[in-house]
This record gives sequence, C-alpha cells and structure tokens, in this order.
Amino acid sequence: MTRHSFIAQNPAVLWFLLILAVFTIVVTLLSEAYGVAFISTSFVKTLGKTLCLCLVALAMDLIWGYAGILSLGHMAFFAIGGYMVGMWLMYARTEEIVVAALAQGGLPATPEEVRQGIATQIFGVVGASDFPPVWALAHSFWAQMALVVAVPGVLALVFGWLAFRSRVTGVYLSILTQAMTLALALYLFQNDSGLRGNNGLSGLQNLPGLGDVSQDALSVWFFWASAVALGLAYVLLTWVVSGKFGSVIRAIRDDEQRVRFLGYSVEGYKLFVFTLTAVIAAIAGALYYPQAGIINPAELAPIASIYLAVWVAIGGRGRLYGAVIGAAFVSLLSSWFTGGRAPSIPLGFYTINWVDWWLVLLGLSFVAVTLFAPKGIGGLFDLWQGLRSPDRKGAALGPDDSSLQEKEAVK
Amino acid sequence: MTALLEVSGVSVTFDGFRAINNLSFSIGPTELRAIIGPNGAGKTTFMDIVTGKTRPNMGTVIFGEKSISLLSMNEAEIARAGVGRKFQRPTVFEDQTVAENLTMALKAARAPWRVLFWKEGPADRERVQDLAREVGLADQLPRKSGELSHGQKQWLEIGMLLAQEPRLLLVDEPAAGMTLAEREHTTALLVEMARTRAVVVVEHDMEFVRRLNCKVTVLHEGSVLAEGSLDHVTRNQQVIEVYLGRG
Repeated sequence: MTRHSFIAQNPAVLWFLLILAVFTIVVTLLSEAYGVAFISTSFVKTLGKTLCLCLVALAMDLIWGYAGILSLGHMAFFAIGGYMVGMWLMYARTEEIVVAALAQGGLPATPEEVRQGIATQIFGVVGASDFPPVWALAHSFWAQMALVVAVPGVLALVFGWLAFRSRVTGVYLSILTQAMTLALALYLFQNDSGLRGNNGLSGLQNLPGLGDVSQDALSVWFFWASAVALGLAYVLLTWVVSGKFGSVIRAIRDDEQRVRFLGYSVEGYKLFVFTLTAVIAAIAGALYYPQAGIINPAELAPIASIYLAVWVAIGGRGRLYGAVIGAAFVSLLSSWFTGGRAPSIPLGFYTINWVDWWLVLLGLSFVAVTLFAPKGIGGLFDLWQGLRSPDRKGAALGPDDSSLQEKEAVK
Repeated sequence: MTALLEVSGVSVTFDGFRAINNLSFSIGPTELRAIIGPNGAGKTTFMDIVTGKTRPNMGTVIFGEKSISLLSMNEAEIARAGVGRKFQRPTVFEDQTVAENLTMALKAARAPWRVLFWKEGPADRERVQDLAREVGLADQLPRKSGELSHGQKQWLEIGMLLAQEPRLLLVDEPAAGMTLAEREHTTALLVEMARTRAVVVVEHDMEFVRRLNCKVTVLHEGSVLAEGSLDHVTRNQQVIEVYLGRG
C-alpha cells in the first residue's frame, strides 16, 4: 500500500468543493446585487438557507450515518445557535434605534437610559421591561458568538454524558433526544423564559451598523458565508471520517460491544461525536436565522429534527455528499410544493392540493427509499461509477466509498 | 510462577439461576489452558466476568503483577489492561477492509482525541503486514473483511487480538465450523501465541483439545470439577459421569 495525499484518498472532496464554488459564482452572477438580477433576493436567501440546512445535514450524517446514533434532537442545537446570534442582532439593532431616538431629545442619553430603552423595546411584547439574566452578554458581539458554540456544546456534553453513560442506545436514545428538543421548545414558549416566548426574536435580517447596505447585497454575503462554512465543514468531516477515528465510529455503529473489547471507550467516542455535531449544527443555525429573519420556539419542534433525519436518509446516509444532496433536494422541493407553486392536480371528484399533500408524498418517498433504495440518492453515484456491492453473506456493504480503497467492488 | 489471572470464590446469579458457583481459577503468564464442560457449565459466563461484561455477585478477579481488580473496570479498561477476547462467531467489522480492522486493533492510544490525530507511520504499516502474514491474510489486506471466508474471518479476528498485544487471551470455540486444515493452522497459532502470553481456550471438541496438549479445566454447574492433563481428567469418575459419559 502506498501513501496518498488527502485529496487523492478522498476525490469526492475536490468534486464537492468545485461544484460548490461554481454554484456560488453562478448564484452571485445571477443575483440582484452583483449580477444580472435573474434570481430574486428572496430566492438567494432561500438558497443560502438551504446551504445551512446542508451543513446541519452533514452533522446529522456524521452522527447517524457514521456513528449509528439516530439523534432526533439536532435541530434543537441548530435553533439554539440561531437564538444566540439572534440575541446579539436584536440587541445591537435596537440599540441603534434607541440611541437615534434619544438623540433627538437634545440631551445626550445616559447608558442607563439607553439600556432601559432597549429592554422596553425588546420585551414590551411579553410585558416586561428589564433584561433577563440570559441577556447579560447580548451587548457583546464576541461573547455572543462564543455562546453560539458554547451553549449547544455544553448542553450536548451534559445530555450526551448522561445518556451514553447509562448505555442508552437505539430507539430509546432517539426518544430521549426527541424529549430534549420538545422540553426546550416548551420552555422557550413561556414568556418568562427571557427569550420573548412564542414571539421569538425577529428583525434578524437587519445587520447592526450596516443600515445602508441593501438586503440584496446582504443576502449574497450570507450566501457566501454559508457556502464557505459548508465547504470547510465538508473538508473537516471528510478528514474526521477517513482516518482511524472514522474506522472506530463506523465500527461502533456496526458492533459496539466488539469495539469495547478492542479497548476503545465507546461512550467517549459517542459523546465526542454528539458534541461535535451539536456545535456544527449550532453554527449552521447561526448562519441560517439571520437569513430567515425570525426565530421562534416552533423551530425546536420535534418534527424539525425528524425532517433532518429524512433528508439524510433520502440523500444516502454514511456518505457526506449524500447528506448534502438529500438536504438540498428535499428542502428545495419542499419549499416549491408548500410555496403554492406546484400545480394542483384536479381529479374531478377531488383536487390534489400540494400544500396539503406534500407531506404525504414526502412520507411515502421516505418509506420507499428505506425499503427499496437504502443507499438513497447517493447510491446513484455508485450505479454511475459502475460500483456494485459485492454479493456477500454478511451485512450490507457500507456506502462510505470516498474514504476507502475499494478494489473488489469495481468490476 | 505467580499467576497472571486469579479468579477466586466468584458467584453470579441470573434470576435465581446460579450460572457460576464459587468458581476459582488461575493461570500463569505464559500458559495454554483449555476449559471444557457441558452446555450451561458456565464457560461463557466465566469469560463475560473476566472481560467485564457481567458483574459477579461475589468473589474477586485479580490481574497482573500489580494485582489490579478487574471488577471495578469497564470492558474497554479491561481490554486496555491486556485482556483480549475472541468470540465464537467471528466478529470482525465486515464493512471495513482487513487492513482497517487490523489498524484499529493495533496497540496505540485509544482516547478519541488521540485517535483523531493519529497518523499511520511506516512502522504501523509494517506491523499490520506482519500480522496479516502471521494469520495467512497477507494478500487480502485491501479486501472488505465481509468478503472473507468463515475461516479467514476467524484468523482475522485472531490477528486483531495479536495486534492488541494482550497478556491474557480468552478464545471461545476457535475451531467451530473450520475444516481440518484450518483447524491445524489454528492449533499452531494458539500454541505459538501461548509461548509469550496466557491463552484460555474454551472448547467442546475433545479432539481439538487433545491436539492443544495442555492443562485442562473441567467446569460443571458453574464450578471447577477437575483440573489436570486431558488424560488425567478423562479418567476422573465424576467427569465421566457428568460429561463424557453422556456423550
């Protein structure tokens, strides 16, 4: 066996980055701000948000497709990342408005007046006028950015430690993660949780200090940032899964008891992967919600995390590009169907309205993929490359082709 | 010669059923030992206790010169302390190549952070090739281990155990489902391994045990019935009654 460079071992990385770069350039050239205005600003935002969903799908693929832990709570980390960035955005933006308003009064406003003004502005909707303790760092950009990573990271660490230490696995762990995201959502729905209850945080699309920059330009900037984050995460996760660490987590997926007898602390690995993916999900959320403009506790609904699993399953779990394809394909299709743009099908006695029937279609395709194409859309690449699973008596051949030197399967 | 593993007075009960009853057992640092006994004698439970899968209700399990107690450690810690285990059914990671299986088992740091930054050096690659050669899989390294034959999987698992460099090896029915030629190869491997470490072989097949030519421990209803050479134990009247007489 000869040594190969990282790229030679993982050709999918090069292709992925190339396609992502071309896509980014094309969207930029067609945008309203920097191109021929062929695609609207709101669609640029949709594409940017889709890239963030691809990023969180990458995280889901690492924990589910590679480590075999079906977490149905990762959208909670995504939303927490959004809340953390939203707190700063809302604080700083309101501060600008309050300072401007107070300046018209003649006398310069004291810091206390400014702070009180901001609090009244933000918390008026929930009948409060003071900052709750969780907003203590909201005035500082860097502190709040650190919290984007720290809060979901610590939550995942504590939750994961409790769950994995007790050797909760399989469907029980999935249920536990569902309970976690539901509990968080219910907590945030309360007005006294300090995050504006069911109103959530809004106006996040306006960046403080950039009042004169149009949304046309901002949407492209966020699109770029999302593309860069997705590219970096793809390279990072490819590196994580292609070495011995990847070997160990795939082994844990297939037979964790055997891995224990090899001397690896299975719980430690699960906790590591759980926390790492929670942090990636939070970063994705922090990029997503400024593009969405609003975040509220409904974003933490258990169904959101189930969608995430559906994207990864349809795209093809156990291969990173599969997760990206699944998230992009299904979420874009979903916004097409639910956006009322898909033509209804009149059957005479009944009209199929896709806004209502899309979920049924999605559910059926999920079942179909699980039953008939367990490799998902990513499996098409195997067909295209003429790669077939050798006929073996054991378990199905793992789909992680980009990181392996598979000589036998290429016929 | 002081014992490498010292099991004394161990009992374990599953829902009122005494699987192991006041069992005592010890093995030296370079010894080959066969454990035989009828079904339900507690052979597998004994292995589960030593490897940390099952916690006994009573008794002590002491390992190594420093006399560490294995009872307070989990499976992974026991494995790192130097106890390797081979299952009856070959359990290799079928989705991964022979080389990857062996690399994973190589003696090296096991913490997630260290493994993440681990890079295969020339010495590691050489070691993997040596191990593969030792178990007769040198030309199978890039193959998925799921494609190997049953016997080859058994050897791969033995190779993985060797890669762990354990001081005590527990082997559950290594000859099950093997052809005659494969059995001979396996016998040679086990005898060779016992030159530098302790090897405990659990086996049903008397012919295979005879070929190992080592001290034999007979288990019955969770405790030791007899111990000694195969000829010695097969002459024991009790052994004949509970085990050999029925077969």
